[in-house]
Amino acid sequence: MILGLARSWSLAGYTVAALLVLPLFALILQALQPDEAIFSHLLATVLPTYIRNSLLLILGVSLGALLLAIPCAWLTARCEFVGRRYLQWALLLPLAMPGYIVAYVYTDLLDYAGPVQRSLRLIFGWSSPQDYFFPDIRTLGGAICMLSLVLFPYIYLLARTAFMEQSLSLAHASRIMGCSPWQSFWRLSLPMARPALAVGVALVAMETAADFATVSYFAVPTLTTAVYDTWLGYGNLAAAAKLSAIILLVVFSLIGFERFARRKQQLFQKQSRIQATDLYPLTTVQTAVALGFCGTLLFVAFVLPFSILLSYAISYFEQSWDGRFWQLSINSLSLALITSLICCLIALLLMFVRRSSPRPSDALPSRLASTGYALPGTVLAIGVLVPLTMLDFAINDLADVFGIKGPGLILTGSVVALIFAFCVRFVAIAIGSVENSYKRISPSLDMVSLTMGQSPRQLLWRVHFPLLAKGLFAGALLVFIEGMKELPAALLLRPIGFENLATYVFQFVSDEKLEHGALAAIVIVLVGLVPLIYLNRSLEQHS
Amino acid sequence: MKWVTCAAVVGLMSIGHSANAEDKLTVYSYRQAFLVEPIIQRFTDETGIGVDVVFAKDGIAERIAREGRLSPADLVLTSDFSRLVELVDKELTSPVNSTLLENNIPVQYRDPDGQWYALTMRVRNLYTAKERLGPQQMTYEELADPKYKGKICTRSGKHPYNIALVASMIAHHGEAEAKTWLQGVKANLARKPQGNDRGQIAAVKEGVCDIALGNSYYYGNMLKDPEQKVIAEAVTINFPNQADRGAHVNVSGMALARYSPNKANAIKLMEFLSADVAQKAYADINMEYPVKVDVAPSPLVASWGQFKSDQLPIFKLAEYHQAAIKLLDEVQFDL
Repeated sequence: MILGLARSWSLAGYTVAALLVLPLFALILQALQPDEAIFSHLLATVLPTYIRNSLLLILGVSLGALLLAIPCAWLTARCEFVGRRYLQWALLLPLAMPGYIVAYVYTDLLDYAGPVQRSLRLIFGWSSPQDYFFPDIRTLGGAICMLSLVLFPYIYLLARTAFMEQSLSLAHASRIMGCSPWQSFWRLSLPMARPALAVGVALVAMETAADFATVSYFAVPTLTTAVYDTWLGYGNLAAAAKLSAIILLVVFSLIGFERFARRKQQLFQKQSRIQATDLYPLTTVQTAVALGFCGTLLFVAFVLPFSILLSYAISYFEQSWDGRFWQLSINSLSLALITSLICCLIALLLMFVRRSSPRPSDALPSRLASTGYALPGTVLAIGVLVPLTMLDFAINDLADVFGIKGPGLILTGSVVALIFAFCVRFVAIAIGSVENSYKRISPSLDMVSLTMGQSPRQLLWRVHFPLLAKGLFAGALLVFIEGMKELPAALLLRPIGFENLATYVFQFVSDEKLEHGALAAIVIVLVGLVPLIYLNRSLEQHS
Repeated sequence: MKWVTCAAVVGLMSIGHSANAEDKLTVYSYRQAFLVEPIIQRFTDETGIGVDVVFAKDGIAERIAREGRLSPADLVLTSDFSRLVELVDKELTSPVNSTLLENNIPVQYRDPDGQWYALTMRVRNLYTAKERLGPQQMTYEELADPKYKGKICTRSGKHPYNIALVASMIAHHGEAEAKTWLQGVKANLARKPQGNDRGQIAAVKEGVCDIALGNSYYYGNMLKDPEQKVIAEAVTINFPNQADRGAHVNVSGMALARYSPNKANAIKLMEFLSADVAQKAYADINMEYPVKVDVAPSPLVASWGQFKSDQLPIFKLAEYHQAAIKLLDEVQFDL
């Protein structure tokens, strides 16, 4: 805390946050408009089911992702076994898969008409669905499985970093005091990793709340599908905005609950590096179990869907090879890059203000800025369009006043709207990542550097920045990957003639012809893999 | 600071990148780009007028409404009739009076004021399992008959194609009877509504159900695809209600955007789309029924035979659009 931190820092924080909540604000204004009793009609008919499905989905995916991520994170961070070094980065791979593609592939595979059930029928001589039981994939449970599979790496990544950076002397102390390895894990490592897990779960929960493509493909109606329905089916924006408000409420109360439960915890620890010799060696049986668990997960979440995509791409290569691939890839890449750069800068500023400011209210900007993540892409697109269009019109009106020809839609008609929307949506990832890293920088460092006469800016660049670099970089890469995959906002906000890989793939998925777009889908995955490998390398070098 | 400058420079460069050439046409399309682009390419080849196609499955009307008088959109292509009416209702279209268009497109397939023009027709067919049921003289009404319990498959009731069908049921029978019908259909479903029309045909082939609802061109496209041909061959295509009012027909269409910056060229494109070359391309590429009377459907489509189509004026469908959605929610069709 810097008692004399200039107000200009706070002001900067508030300005940026205000910009980022502008879309949300526009939506709330919309929600207050009358809605011709559509909302009450929904409430009387289908809304209770939607809300129940949404809650179950968010809880199920959060829990599922946690259960998948924690063992993997612990095993790869603290245990030594054959294949650990490979699994370490390989377990990040599912992150590069867009959820709706995994869902598509699995539906194809496990549906009644799919090869798995077909061969079962062939082998056992069943002839109709009544002859046997097979879990239906297009259900709430199926959606929970699919989303857990693609989203667990968020928690894995944050938890593994947390486990790796935990001070080993504490672990040693607990063992000397008589804890078994299990006890040491439950009573020490896990609670200490809780802030990181909380951030991870929050990201997963928001990502789930915002998911549209997967649940709509699975015909599981949630609040998000209801928003689409109401907006585009009933043509009623006000009722749609009201539904979005419910989604936000659900997500925020979940996050608030977690924060409340953790309110008395304060965690600061010295950075320490876990050496190879500190790893807990696994016995043969243990290794087999560890490999079995992580390996199966990796196979199901990545290897299998990716190979199916690959086989689609090969058999439909001629129909789908397109000279525009380079342009599509460059569009996707540059969009994701710019977004992640801006998000990191914002996260750094907001979190620095929050940490250093003596005014408790300065925590607000970073909290506010994170709200955008829970907005489903289409909703966000409406929210972005409202203020930006007003600005566009203002610019053109101004030009008219001076008798110049107006520039047209320079904001909503260009990538500006798209980049803005992506930043609103993904800055939460960068903020979460920086927040998490800040937790591991002891406040005494700030005090020391201030006593040594460093200005706040010097403190930020010379002390915090190098220490945060890793977290910042991890955040940047996550934002990058999300930027590659994000679809609904890209569909609605992209400038004319602008197509990226996600929008290109989607036109085939929406027509249930992924086979023809598989090549582009593979490019999305591959481009996402590069930063993942890089991300892991940077984590490796530090540890 | 260096970062900020970098970001600003990159940002500005990307604005420059998206600047639009003046004489190019901009088409907002609800229909997938890969369906539209081959046809539009011929237009560009013929006239030298460049065309940008922006595809979005949803929200185009919202976008144009927001963009207002600054909207770059010249032409909107839709895959469904209700979208056309939505555009007109929101006052986002401008009337076109062109003798060529009026000659090409029969009067029941265009707005009396020229606010929109249909381009192709699509029939909502019933597909029956070739081995288990064979060809059937069925009506949509019979889908609610308890004898078909557990035998029927369909995509989401909220899909525009199904909404239009429900709207036509309301138009013919009134809301109360339509509701009873919808409840009957729901009770007969073999599984929760899911997938697209192609998926329903696949479900019939696999024995999940015996009867599936689906648009005609999906079946045609499956027959053309070597990998899906076997699936499509397991069903028979039936035109419903041939003994009474005829099969329900929906249309895809186009409308000139109200603030189109380039109206003259946009109308040229509209005329091109209604003329023989484009109509034939629609028929051949996507297996749809052309609206232009003297353009024949593709040989495959023609082989399904002549059929009688519902003569209900198309604007009636739009009138009952909202009521249809409400009804679908009331009977919880998709849940």
